Amino acid sequence: MELLDFARGPALQFGLYVFSFGVAFRLAALLLLPRTKDLSKARANTPGVIKASGREIIRRMWPQPAYAEATRFTTINGYIFHLGLAIIVFGGTPHILFLKGLLGISWPGLPTNIINGVAVITFLSLIAALVHRLQSPVLKAISTANDYTTWIVTMLPVVTGLLAVSHLGWRYETLLGVHILSIAVFLVWFPFGKLMHAFLIFLARGETGTHLAHRGAQL
Amino acid sequence: MREHNTLGQTLQERGISRRAFLKYASYLATLMALPPSASRVIAEEMAKAHRQSVIWLSFQECTGCTESFTRSMSPTLEDLIFDFISLDYHHTLQAVSGAAAEHAREAAMKANKGKYIVVVDGSVPLKDGGVYSTIAGITNLDMLRDTAKDAFAIVSVGTCSAFGGIPHANPNPTGAVAISEIIKDKPVINIPGCPPIPEAMTGTLAYLLSFGKLPELDASHRPLAFFGETIHDRCYRRSFYERGMFADSFDDEGARKGWCLYKVGCKGPIAYNACATLKWNGAVSFPIQSGHGCLGCSEPDFWDKGGFYKPLSAATAGLTLGVGGAALAGAAAGAAGAELVRRKKAAAANAGKKEG
Repeated sequence: MELLDFARGPALQFGLYVFSFGVAFRLAALLLLPRTKDLSKARANTPGVIKASGREIIRRMWPQPAYAEATRFTTINGYIFHLGLAIIVFGGTPHILFLKGLLGISWPGLPTNIINGVAVITFLSLIAALVHRLQSPVLKAISTANDYTTWIVTMLPVVTGLLAVSHLGWRYETLLGVHILSIAVFLVWFPFGKLMHAFLIFLARGETGTHLAHRGAQL
Repeated sequence: MREHNTLGQTLQERGISRRAFLKYASYLATLMALPPSASRVIAEEMAKAHRQSVIWLSFQECTGCTESFTRSMSPTLEDLIFDFISLDYHHTLQAVSGAAAEHAREAAMKANKGKYIVVVDGSVPLKDGGVYSTIAGITNLDMLRDTAKDAFAIVSVGTCSAFGGIPHANPNPTGAVAISEIIKDKPVINIPGCPPIPEAMTGTLAYLLSFGKLPELDASHRPLAFFGETIHDRCYRRSFYERGMFADSFDDEGARKGWCLYKVGCKGPIAYNACATLKWNGAVSFPIQSGHGCLGCSEPDFWDKGGFYKPLSAATAGLTLGVGGAALAGAAAGAAGAELVRRKKAAAANAGKKEG
């Protein structure tokens, strides 16, 4: 069995199984945990859970004016690589075909050159995120192996994908095999590292919004 | 043609001018991406060369490679090159000759010891002592070992002999293997394809005749001149791939307009062959030009790459059920974990009440 056959077959299969098991495990464990009942009385005119959650999720999409300058780079750079990753994953035709094999649905893809351009921007943005993390004393102090591992497993598919479409280094089939393997690694790490924020971020912000609204905060 | 004629003399007898022969040498040199000076060397060496003894062994195969070879639309001059080769044994063409054919093979081996070329099409079955394919009561394995031991080089023609091909496909009931897995002490050149392009076969043999050495090969022992680039790299539909214009099926508008066939399973990006440049049937067409994706037939295990119509980027294993099952198992495990916490919490609360 060649590398590409292994990557497209057992490796991807293992990655997806671990991903779906892990995500379902973490979500179920978190959502079904017993909660301590809030015995305090809600303030007057407290919005409902959906309204409070929704408002908080939207409010946190952009930093408050007091923090805008201090967090400008993190916010803008964060949007760049997150949107970049989304465009690559959901706009690249080979990726759409992969998702179609999994989900049974597909949509039109973007031209290869646009995907390549977005991938280069995403690559540079991820590099900038790492440099910023290493240069900021506070960020550096609170960073753990989890953060760096998450950065590496996110960066690997971007780099190997760019190398594969550019035919740089090894032969195309080897690069494609390495690219798919890097995605398998990404999927295995996803539920157990900080990548899980993709599922948890809106739950956490919604929950925060509900708590704050209960206590009378104007969201 | 007299047995001891050189190619130059043979060509003269047939009325082929030196100019035409030089043109043919240039064609061969261009075909194999050799420097301009090589065409003169080819012409000179081939003109001086004597008949090259070739023993052609046909093992576990469908005869498609021989069909491709004998029905080549190549220039007539190229046919002369094959007149020039002494095809001392060809199992398929000599099948009716019986024992006489086997004697011819043995005689050719004795007379040209260390100089003859063995061309093999078909894989070799190893299971159960190799009984699944025999010729004149001799297993393919024994015949190959016996014939190859005094050969100058082995040329594996077709994907079956180069990589095991269709007989090697899962579940490989006969234990079929490629020639290179058996012959380790002789140079083996692979010219894969199902069937291979005639010019790749004739060009490689002409190179061996002209230079007396092996052409430059890739990691899979394929001549780089013919297998150095992918079908995708030379495909005339490549621009549609770059622009994101694909046929979604074989009868939609994209297919009618000749857009890229990646979505319908084309393996061009991983298939190294010269179909897109040399083409077939006298350079008339090739599979993609006829509207069908490349099967990647010149690659190892092309039959077992998850299906001809499955896109290259799709997973080869059936995943939907497994992924759903894994998610259910994960949710159950998570719920069990939460329940465990709930019980611990309840036990702690009860213990607190008792103490209170």
